[in-house]
Amino acid sequence: MKGMTVIVKKTTQILSGMIFLYGAYVVIHGHLTPGGGFAGGVIMAGAFILVTLAYGSDFLNLKKEEAESTATENISILMVILLSIFGFFLGAKIFFLNFLPKGTLGELVSAGVLPLYNIFVGIEVTSSIFIIFLALIIYKEEEST
Amino acid sequence: MELAISIITGFMILGAIYALHAKDLLSAVISCGIVGYGLVICFLLLKAPDLAIVQIVVETITLIIMVAVVLNSSRDEGYAGLDSQGYVQAALSLIIVVTLFYFFYIAINNLDSFGNGSLRMAKAYIEGAAEKTGSANLVTGVVFDFRGYDTLGEATVLVTAVLGVIAILRVRGKK
Amino acid sequence: MITYLLCFILFLTGLYGVTTRRNLIKIAISLSIMEVSIFLFFALIGYVEGGKAPIVSPAEPDQLYVDPLPQALVLTAIVIGLATTSLLMAVIIRIYKKYKTFDIREIRNLRG
Repeated sequence: MKGMTVIVKKTTQILSGMIFLYGAYVVIHGHLTPGGGFAGGVIMAGAFILVTLAYGSDFLNLKKEEAESTATENISILMVILLSIFGFFLGAKIFFLNFLPKGTLGELVSAGVLPLYNIFVGIEVTSSIFIIFLALIIYKEEEST
Repeated sequence: MELAISIITGFMILGAIYALHAKDLLSAVISCGIVGYGLVICFLLLKAPDLAIVQIVVETITLIIMVAVVLNSSRDEGYAGLDSQGYVQAALSLIIVVTLFYFFYIAINNLDSFGNGSLRMAKAYIEGAAEKTGSANLVTGVVFDFRGYDTLGEATVLVTAVLGVIAILRVRGKK
Repeated sequence: MITYLLCFILFLTGLYGVTTRRNLIKIAISLSIMEVSIFLFFALIGYVEGGKAPIVSPAEPDQLYVDPLPQALVLTAIVIGLATTSLLMAVIIRIYKKYKTFDIREIRNLRG
């Protein structure tokens, strides 16, 4: 499909990096401010969808992006499962054990393993929503040819 | 507080009734957006900022997908009016709706009044969460530490839905 | 009390839409309306009069907070609702390509 006009392309060039950075901020500060993995993940997916809609498929290689996105999603969900199983090997025999030190309340590096969970769930949600959107666009491409 | 939430819920009901009876499908999809964005204001009034952030972005993406589907196919509903089968269906569903509403009214009288719910479980979570998990955001502590299984199940549901979408749209069958 | 009743009326509007509409897109919209009413009901149950949002700040201990458990349940449910709506839309696209209509009575009558 064709992309949009020059004004939209220039605005996307400036704004999409900021939207992605805001989504990453919401994910990383998930244990201090409202937000967390799911909210930040969907915001990051919004940045990718904006770039795809503004530039069109003449400019981007959509099938390669879908393959990379599938690989990212699978790796991040595997890391979530590995983190939660890791508590078994420390002798406590609890699934989802919080094994890193807790630190003081309100610092960025605190709350044990919770920031890692937030980051991996955020990457997984981003990849999922981007794959759903790309599948719809590639289907429309193949229908019109 | 009750008055504000009641007014916004009234607007949501009006938007929902219009979305069901609109002749143009694009207008119906936009009216579905009224219901979603009204819920964001209700979440902010009920002191739940996490839910407001998630609901506003998820509603935007749902609207994008629905508008893409409607604009690439027919935009017209195609027919109007009820035939004989439609009259029987509408009458039966109205009877079921009135019956359910009456039973719900009886059940609601046994709940505590708005804002004074029983706090036994909430006290245990609030007092323990800040020390036991170490996070300042109580909802993140509950979601990832006290209720980690639910989060694992939700991630599984997302992966399965993506698997379903790829299997439906990207796999060619034999001719 | 009146807020619970209005929330249930929204649910019943969605239920009426699912059972009586003939267009597939209207059925998908009605399912989305039913999900929204359930999220609102959960958030209403967990509200405490005079409570604050559940973020603990270490400078002021012993405040009254809103119940965080229903908020955790609804947070998961919103993202699952997005996944099921997108799967439903994928099925509807396929049906439109084969039968060229959104009417559920025509789809039932055609075979193969």
